[in-house]
Amino acid sequence: MIEGADIVKAAAFLGAGISMGVGAIGPGVGEGMAAAKACEAIGKNPKEAGLLTRTMLVGQAVSESTGIYSLVIALLLLFVV
Amino acid sequence: MAYDIQTWVSVAAFTGGGMAMGFGAIGAAIGEGYTAASANEAIGRNPEQSGDIFKSMLVGQAIAESASIFALVIALMLLFTNFPSHILSVPVLLGAGLCMGLGAIGSGVGSGFPAGAACKGMSRQPAMSNRLTTNMLIGSAVCQTPAIFSLVVSFILLFTDFSANPVSPTWAAILGAGISSGFGAIGSGLGGGLVAQASCEGISRQPLTVTPVTNVMLLGQAVTQTTAIYALLVSFILMFKSFPATDALAPPMALLAAGICMGIGAIGPAVGEGFAGQGAVAWIARNEKHIADLTRSMLVGQAVAESTGIYSLVIALVLIFVV
Repeated sequence: MIEGADIVKAAAFLGAGISMGVGAIGPGVGEGMAAAKACEAIGKNPKEAGLLTRTMLVGQAVSESTGIYSLVIALLLLFVV
Repeated sequence: MAYDIQTWVSVAAFTGGGMAMGFGAIGAAIGEGYTAASANEAIGRNPEQSGDIFKSMLVGQAIAESASIFALVIALMLLFTNFPSHILSVPVLLGAGLCMGLGAIGSGVGSGFPAGAACKGMSRQPAMSNRLTTNMLIGSAVCQTPAIFSLVVSFILLFTDFSANPVSPTWAAILGAGISSGFGAIGSGLGGGLVAQASCEGISRQPLTVTPVTNVMLLGQAVTQTTAIYALLVSFILMFKSFPATDALAPPMALLAAGICMGIGAIGPAVGEGFAGQGAVAWIARNEKHIADLTRSMLVGQAVAESTGIYSLVIALVLIFVV
């Protein structure tokens, strides 16, 4: 017998999976592009490798934030809602 | 009209076969088109090398085609095999078709990139033809691995007897396994292709950097394959773990969601890691002295890009084992 609470739970599980799955695409691609450009810049100007790595990491951390939002929403859907 | 189980099994077999070949045709065609375009550009620039370039275009296209041939094999199996009249044959057939169809996209497109770059490289640096062919073959072979993972999962789904398992959560586990490996192969195929493209271009510009460029190419490609391996792992868990029978809707949805989460979540990190590897390999060819700095920042960048893939893996495992 399928009840209302069961359907809500099923939807929360599906929502968690979709949230984390689709939410992982953007940060992954974006962080990769940042790393590619950092490598290019280090190749052109190796003396600034330290500064470039730092800038890359800060940029990637910002880009990572949406991935972390997806993770938070997925965990909320799994354990809180 | 009476609809018995055999009717639904046939419906699933034909739908799955259509999806396998339909999705499976996308990637190889795009990749081969890119290779042919690059070969034309290369012959236009250096018509004297047209023989070598034409040959390597065909070899490269043959490798890109293999992903599509896997899809054709699965589609033909779905159309012409008699599957048992059991209700679980329906998700098996749909899952196998989806898995191989989606799994062929990335490898087909990805294998086209190194082949195209090798053709262009031969027009620029005819003396490097042999080395370019070797690099193209290694790079394309790595690109094909995610399609092979999908083929393996499809075969396991088709040849395992699930009829002793309870229908209710098992249908979702089977579909989830197909979706996970299918989507999970797209990014790794594409990302591996980007790295191999940069290596073929790099050694044609700077023939002396063959060894370091090839080494870093393999390293970068290996990192792009990791998310496809996570997806394969989730597929195996979904196929081989036994789940208790249930009447509720939530447990099967959790398993289906685990497959979707890991499969789609594997695409982005792998493509991003491919971009990072492409940038690093291209500049190692031009500035070999700084290989240490470049390799380090490639790996750091790839590790950060990997993080969202790991979040997806964690959520998928929580969906399977915890909730």
